Amino acid sequence: MVSIDNLTVSYRQHPALHHISGQFAAGSITAVIGPNGSGKSTLLKSIMGLLKTSGGRVTLGTPRERIAYLPQMTEIDRSFPMQVRDCVLLGCWSTVGVWGGVSTALLARADAAIHTVGLEGFEQRPVGSLSSGQFQRVLFARLLMQDADLILLDEPFNAMDSRTTAALLALTMQWHAQGRTVIAVLHDDAQVRQYFGQTVLLARELVAWGDTAQVLTEANLQRARALAEAWDDNADICHTDEPALPAATHPARHPHSEAAHRHDTAS
Amino acid sequence: MMMILETLWDLLIGPFAEFAFLRRALVATLALAVSAAPLGVFLTLRRMSLLGDAISHAVLPGVAVGFMLSGLSLGAMAAGGVVSGMLAAALAGFISRFTTLKEDASLAAIYLMALALGVTLLSSHGTQLDLLHILFGSALGVDAQGLLLVAGVASASLITLAAFYRALVLETFDPVFLAASGARRWQRRGWLWQQLFLMLVVINLVAGFQTLGTLMAVGLMMLPAVSARLWHESLSAQLLNASAQAALAGVAGLLLSYHLDTPSGPTIIGCAGLLYGVSLLVSPGGWLPQVLKRPHRVG
Repeated sequence: MVSIDNLTVSYRQHPALHHISGQFAAGSITAVIGPNGSGKSTLLKSIMGLLKTSGGRVTLGTPRERIAYLPQMTEIDRSFPMQVRDCVLLGCWSTVGVWGGVSTALLARADAAIHTVGLEGFEQRPVGSLSSGQFQRVLFARLLMQDADLILLDEPFNAMDSRTTAALLALTMQWHAQGRTVIAVLHDDAQVRQYFGQTVLLARELVAWGDTAQVLTEANLQRARALAEAWDDNADICHTDEPALPAATHPARHPHSEAAHRHDTAS
Repeated sequence: MMMILETLWDLLIGPFAEFAFLRRALVATLALAVSAAPLGVFLTLRRMSLLGDAISHAVLPGVAVGFMLSGLSLGAMAAGGVVSGMLAAALAGFISRFTTLKEDASLAAIYLMALALGVTLLSSHGTQLDLLHILFGSALGVDAQGLLLVAGVASASLITLAAFYRALVLETFDPVFLAASGARRWQRRGWLWQQLFLMLVVINLVAGFQTLGTLMAVGLMMLPAVSARLWHESLSAQLLNASAQAALAGVAGLLLSYHLDTPSGPTIIGCAGLLYGVSLLVSPGGWLPQVLKRPHRVG
């Protein structure tokens, strides 16, 4: 469904993701875990094509309009005067577009989605009046509306109470049961072990990728913590997949620049 | 009874019935009110309330070049203003896309440079009086040509806003969603919608510079918009309210400036300011409802 080939993304020349490769199989449910700053959100954003990559490529097995992406909560302006129903209806944006009409069938689907996430009676409420848990339910209703084959969730249960987490997790498992591919950034190890078959453990570099039981070992987690803490301002350039160059043109210490750090460009 | 009606006629309708220049000013102001105020609402929603100010300064060098080339010709100054305003908006958008600066920071840098350039150009090629005329405008000097410009801009801007309303709302509310989920590549380009929107702001400000002056045009765009946001929780209501307040301020301002013999632009903005003050006090989002203790419901 998604294949990642030697992906590198850097912020100001420091890699946030460093030579990551792997595959998300169709129909799989994968947790992306790792310490703060280990590149989890960056991985999702690169899959969505929202970031400039400095090397490697992401290949999608499904058209763009069949992918749904839920970013971290903080990125949406909730003071915007918008009703819950309108916000959920945005989920059909990729099929309806700028000028398409919203049919009564779509309206009925939106109301059904609102019902599914347990927000019946909230249709006319402005999104600004909702609690953050209720708003996350609205965004899940929008995901239902999108009816996507591939669903990317960035810390979907952050700051949710246990009831909301349970409800939204149940929805996620339902998507998995329907054969959709799910990739979620998570922090709760117990939750990952119980519900997510596959796990990607990141620490800017790929620590492990595979069956959750094999990835979530104490040794791997320790390695991830150690890797994530290191950030060397004077780190040498990475030459991993570069042909050997004459030493004279490359002094020992120089920044990790894109020109020197040659990869196949995906963008 | 007849006396009262006659007085009302003299106060409210007589001036417009009597003088053609006042009628032209009224039409121009109303057209501008209807098209500029909704853009102002979008600007406040994007937290770019001060962008109108910045753009109005960025328009100046183009106006100056138009003035230098063909004197006080409306067409030349308007064309120059549109070109330099759009150039500034596009340049700011370009800088924020390809550097780490945010849009407001790059725009602030550009409009300051543009303002310096505009004032330099005008003062070396015109008199102080010309500069004042351009900066503060005069609704009472609108001719048939100016009326056509304002009407054309208002129509084009309202039609564009209606046609791309959905995309503009989505790009303002949740730009990440727009960038992630459009079916077609061009629909996912947030900067495309942003540039289209800024283009509308520029042409409205340029149309406003003759009726109200570059600086005052911003007032008619922003003041009703800011105060409309206090009244409603739905966007369409806010847009209508902003247009209505702007139109009301336009009519009242023209009448007041006629009766009190004050400059028309500042008087119109003063009326918009008064409406804002009233809204601050009595609107649902304003001061009084917060202060008055109202019983809360049980659930």
